[in-house]
Order: sequence, then structure tokens, then C-alpha cells
Amino acid sequence: MGELFSFLYQFLDSFAFLILAAIGLAIIFGMMGIINLAHGEFIMLGAYITTFCAVSGVPLPIAILLGAIGVGIFGLIIDRIIIRHLYHRPLDSVVATWGISLIMTQGFLILWGPTLQGTSTPLGSFKIDGTSYSYYRMLLVVIAIGLLIFMYWLFMHTKFGLISRATMQNAEIASSLGVNTKRINSLTFMIGSMFAGLAGGLYAPTMSITPNFGNAFLVESFVTVLVGGANPLIGTVVSGSALGVVNSTLSFLFGTFYGRMGLLVVAILFIRVWPSGFSGLIEKKLMRVK
Amino acid sequence: MNKLNTENTVAALLFVYLLIYPFISSEYNIMNMSYFLAMIFLSLSLSLIWGYSGIFSFGQTAFFGVGGYAYAIISMNFNNPNLTLLSFILAILIAGAFAWILGYFMFYGGVNDVFVGLITLCVTLVLATFMAQTAGSQWKIGDVLLGGDNGINNIPSLTFGSVTLYGTNLYYVILIVLIVIYILLRKFGSSKFGYSLIAVRENRERSQMFGYNIPFLQTLVFSLGGVLAGLSGVFYAIWGNYMSPSSMAISAAALPVVLVAAAGRKNVTAAVIFSLIYYMFAQYLSVTGTEYAFVILGFVLLIAILLVPQGIIVTIFNLIDRYVFKKS
Repeated sequence: MGELFSFLYQFLDSFAFLILAAIGLAIIFGMMGIINLAHGEFIMLGAYITTFCAVSGVPLPIAILLGAIGVGIFGLIIDRIIIRHLYHRPLDSVVATWGISLIMTQGFLILWGPTLQGTSTPLGSFKIDGTSYSYYRMLLVVIAIGLLIFMYWLFMHTKFGLISRATMQNAEIASSLGVNTKRINSLTFMIGSMFAGLAGGLYAPTMSITPNFGNAFLVESFVTVLVGGANPLIGTVVSGSALGVVNSTLSFLFGTFYGRMGLLVVAILFIRVWPSGFSGLIEKKLMRVK
Repeated sequence: MNKLNTENTVAALLFVYLLIYPFISSEYNIMNMSYFLAMIFLSLSLSLIWGYSGIFSFGQTAFFGVGGYAYAIISMNFNNPNLTLLSFILAILIAGAFAWILGYFMFYGGVNDVFVGLITLCVTLVLATFMAQTAGSQWKIGDVLLGGDNGINNIPSLTFGSVTLYGTNLYYVILIVLIVIYILLRKFGSSKFGYSLIAVRENRERSQMFGYNIPFLQTLVFSLGGVLAGLSGVFYAIWGNYMSPSSMAISAAALPVVLVAAAGRKNVTAAVIFSLIYYMFAQYLSVTGTEYAFVILGFVLLIAILLVPQGIIVTIFNLIDRYVFKKS
């Protein structure tokens, strides 16, 4: 019983981590075809803003929201200044966002030094069979699932969702029907950045706050998007669950480092067999039924 | 090749200068210059696969690390100066083979463009983290401890017969290999293989229709890039008698990309010149002690991408070509 719960806990934990780490990246990639290599640094920025607010007395939930909003605004500014010039040059956008990440990591190191006084993990813990588990981590799982439902609602049941899906499928036709595709792209980038900031804020109380905060998310988020494929909804959910199983099993058996290694190996093998990821696989299945 | 333009003139002047450099400089400077030259191979490897073939890789430092570590492990296991040349060759081949395997999984799987960048970045990061946690006596290959973050020390120098390479000898060996590879790369651009790679870069689908074996070409050139990056790593290990995981870490992985993108990715001369300038500048900065190097690099990269997507050096070449050599 204790063993089983411990495994389940580990699975839920890594599932939530993968989803939260990847969702912002997945939205930007799925909608705009741009990989934001500064994604880790956006997450880091969210964690910094949240920590600053929390340390100066703002209640943690509001601090996390402020982190998300702050990074969203930052993303909008970055999009206006840099990314919008590169909408049609995806490879160059990778290089440019890489430059942004260099500036941010080193800039934060110069401004605030190697570590920041963090906040402690809230909510305490519970014990089963002598092993203690954190309530906060379980809350993160609930939040991750809540976010997925929110995304589903946002993209499938709102006017914004309809327009942005149209832009994603065929930008030219959408714009000839009167959709301002540039504005949709900017909004998408902002929403993706917000989710990155949210992930940073949510994990800020559980990790030490350093300029390299984002590195912990980097491999996980890229691999999840890679395995998930182009569709940010289906892809992220399925690949988050599948990789969560891989990661938690390997971490459970051999330790966290092998969990991380395993993610990468599985991702490379998976891509070798199904290059378009889970979303490509599922879309193909659906097409066959019709 | 024998056309008179800025690129050729600059390259010729540069190499002549480098050839006489040991006569006009101190031993300390020669040693530094050997290091700069060794690192140029890394930029060249990226220029080859990104500039010529359109494969965007963050993983060149992974092959750099594999090459360096392979040389360290093999030569220290042989523990015989006469076999260092064999270790040298084996290490480069291992780096190439590693690149071939990775390339096989990516290109035959139909992975391209941005995703190649992501996979290679992830591989580099995982490899660096893996090597960094190999402290302790259980991590050894043969008789060689991997040493974790501290890396491997006392890596033997390269030896030909009774001559051990260090100082000026090593400088000339690296320089001559560099010149040979530079000329090969220039020729390569106008060879049949080079043209087919350019075709692949410009339009994969169309080249495939013409009957080119795209995944094979990509894997081949990717592993050639791996060989060059591995060569850089081996020279680095020989130069410093030292190899550590930080040479593969994320900041190191950034460098070749920044250098090649800012210089002009389709031009090997630009990559050579810009890398040389950067390393000299970085040496100057680290002597004067500054933490702004990466911030400056990041801005250079952004400005280059936004304003001169062709590359800074290439743009300068074109300007001089137009006004001095009256070419369009």
C-alpha cells in the first residue's frame, strides 16, 4: 500500500511538472511554429517575481498570479520588439530567443546574485507508512489538470479560441477573412509566456531561486513538446502522461537522474518511429475513422 | 578560389600572419593562440552543418566533449606515448560515430529544423549533467577515473616518435590542420557533395524528388560535423592536458551558435575570423575581469539576427567587395 501510493505520488508529481513546464512552450509552438528557447528563463522570471512579492508580504496565491501576469507582459514586450520580426523565420527565432535567454540568465546573476532568499513550501505534509508527502505537490497536480481544462475551454469554446485555431490552420485564409493574425500571434505569445510565468511561480516555493532556475525545466519541457507534437491540447496531455509514467518509473527504480536520462532516450526513440508526435498519431487515427 | 576578393584576401593575410606569429610573439601568447585555433574547429563544424546543409545543431559541444573525453580515456588506458596518435584518431572516430548514431535517429526519423536543435540541446545538457555526477571511484573506464565536475587531469600530450607536441610545435600542428581543413571546406562548397547539400538545405522535398537520399546526406554531413567538433575537443584536451564537463555545459554550447550566426553562417572564412576575434576579446575580458560577457554576446546575437541576418563579417565582406574590388 505504502509502496503503491509512493509510486502514484511520484507519477502525479512528474505528470504535473511536465504539464506545467511544457504548456506555455506548447501553446507558442503549436500556434506559431516558434520554439521559445528562453522558455526556461521566462519560468525563472516568474519565480523571481513571485518570490519578490511573497517575501515583501503579498499572499502566495496572489504573488503567483502576479508572477504569471508579469511574465505575460514581458512576453508581449519581447514579442513586439523581437519575435514579430521573425514570424516567418522559425530557425532565426530559435537563435534570437537563445540570445534572450543568455542575456536574462547573466543579467539576473549580475542584478541579484547567485541565489535569492526563497519562501518555504506552504501547506505542510501528510504521512503514509512513515513516508511524508507534501500537500502542496498534490495541489500542483490539481492545478495542472485545472489548467488543461481551462485551455480546452479557451481554445474550443471561446471566440478567441476559434480565431486562433483558424490562424493556426491557415493564416492566409484567416487574414483574408478579416482576422488580424498578427494580433492573434502576439496574444498567443503573451498567453504562452503567462503560462511559463505561472509554472515558475508555482514551483518557486519548492526549489531554490537561482538564475539557472529555468534549466530544471528545460529538458523536460522540450521533450514533452517534442513527443507531443504540434497540437498543444492533445499532444501535451498525452505526452505528459506517457512521459510521466516513464520518468516516475525510472526515478522510482534508479533515481532522479536516470528518470531524466530515460525521458530523453524515450523521446528520441519515439520521434524515430512517429516523427509527428502523439498529436500526429492521434489525428491520423481520427482521420481514418472518418 | 583564385578570384581576388575580400574574403580570399583577408583569409590569405590572416593565415600568413598566423604562420609567422610564433616569430613575433611570446611563448605565453603562442599558447593562448593555440587554444583559440583549437576552438575554431568547433565553429567550423557548425558552419559546415548549419551553413552548408541547413541542419541547426546545439550539440556541437557534445561531440567536442565526446572527442576530448574519448582521447583522455583511451590514451590514459594505453599509457604509452607511442600510442597517442592512435588514441587521437580513435577519439575523432568515436565522436563521428556518436554523431552518426544521433543523426541516424533524427534524420531517418524525419526530424528536421527546429526539432534537431531541441534534441541536440537536450543531448548536450544530459551528457554534461551525466559527466558532472561521475565523481567517485565507481565511475571509471579501464584505469581512468572520470572525476565528475573536476574532470580528467594529466591527459598525455600527442607524441610523434620522439617529439612531444607542446608550445610552438603544437601551435604549428593545429594551424596546419586548420589550414588544410579550411581549404577542404572551401573546396567542399563547390564540390558535387557540397552542391547536393545546398540543394537539401534550400528545398528538401524538391531534392528528394530529384532522387537525392536526404536522410543519408544529412546523417553523413552531421557525422562529419561531429568529427570536426571532436577534433576540436581532442586538440583542447591535448592543449590543456585537461578535460571537464563544463566544456559541454549550456553556456559553452551557446558559443558556436552565437559565433557562427553573428559571423555569417554560410561563410567559413567569416566563422574563422569572428571566432578568433571573439576568443581574443574574451581573453581580454577575462583578464580585466567582467561578468558582462554573456550579456554582450546575447545582444550581439539579437542585433545580428534582426539587422544583419546574413552575418556581420559577411556584410562587411560584401561592402568592401562592392567598393574596393568593384564587384556586385
